[in-house]
Amino acid sequence: MSLAVFLILAAASVLFALLVVFTKNPVHSVIYLILAFFAIAGQYVLLNAQFLAVVHIIVYAGAIMVLFLFVLMLLNLNMDTEPTQTGRWKLGAAIAAGMLLVTFIGALKGGIQLSAVTDHNPQVGLVQNLGRVLFTDFVVPFEIAGILFLAAMVGAVMVGKRDVTI
Amino acid sequence: MLDVVKTIPIEYYVYLSSLLFCIGVFGVLIRRNAIVVLMCIELMLNAVNLLLAAFSTYLSDAQGQIMVFFIMVVAAAEAAVGLGILVMIFRNTKSTDIYSLDSLKH
Repeated sequence: MSLAVFLILAAASVLFALLVVFTKNPVHSVIYLILAFFAIAGQYVLLNAQFLAVVHIIVYAGAIMVLFLFVLMLLNLNMDTEPTQTGRWKLGAAIAAGMLLVTFIGALKGGIQLSAVTDHNPQVGLVQNLGRVLFTDFVVPFEIAGILFLAAMVGAVMVGKRDVTI
Repeated sequence: MLDVVKTIPIEYYVYLSSLLFCIGVFGVLIRRNAIVVLMCIELMLNAVNLLLAAFSTYLSDAQGQIMVFFIMVVAAAEAAVGLGILVMIFRNTKSTDIYSLDSLKH
């Protein structure tokens, strides 16, 4: 049952990822990427990481991709006739990406020795447990992430302003 | 849902993540629109996130999922700053084609 769900979600995510790459219109690429993110969120639910799935939907589909769509709309880029790479470059890119995939699979095939966890805790992906870990073991990285967000926000505003004198 | 650990080998998640990552690499190499290149980078980050979440569940350890949160933070900051830079590039060159950014070559 869960294997079938996994295979369906995996096929959907791979299909939508390929459509992101091969669609000419950038707006359609954004839509397909949102669908791929929903498939990945389904994988998170399958992995019993419910809070991660919800945050993934909110942050990626809700915030980041809306930002992409806004930029596409502001720049008025929803045309189908965007320039493409030459055929030779495409062949080289396909060979490079394929070699990377072969390297990954060859390096990782059969080499994963997980230490057998006898008692699987089903609560590990819930918000109670994650919040406890985040605010005890990882509280310093959490604060640094907040500073990073502030810096990114200030930087985005500064970069986006029309006439900045530095 | 806990039968995932018993019925699906961890290799399947490794293969899926590798495939998604390589599709992202392929998109970065093949597309000329800088916005789509940024989207392919998001796809690569998501492949890594999926693998971290899978290992977190298989090892019954919450630290992998915390790492996913931090990767999401970095991805959001990167998207905001990257799109800001793109808007500025578009204002100067009137295009988002990456080949319009070759002034360092000349």
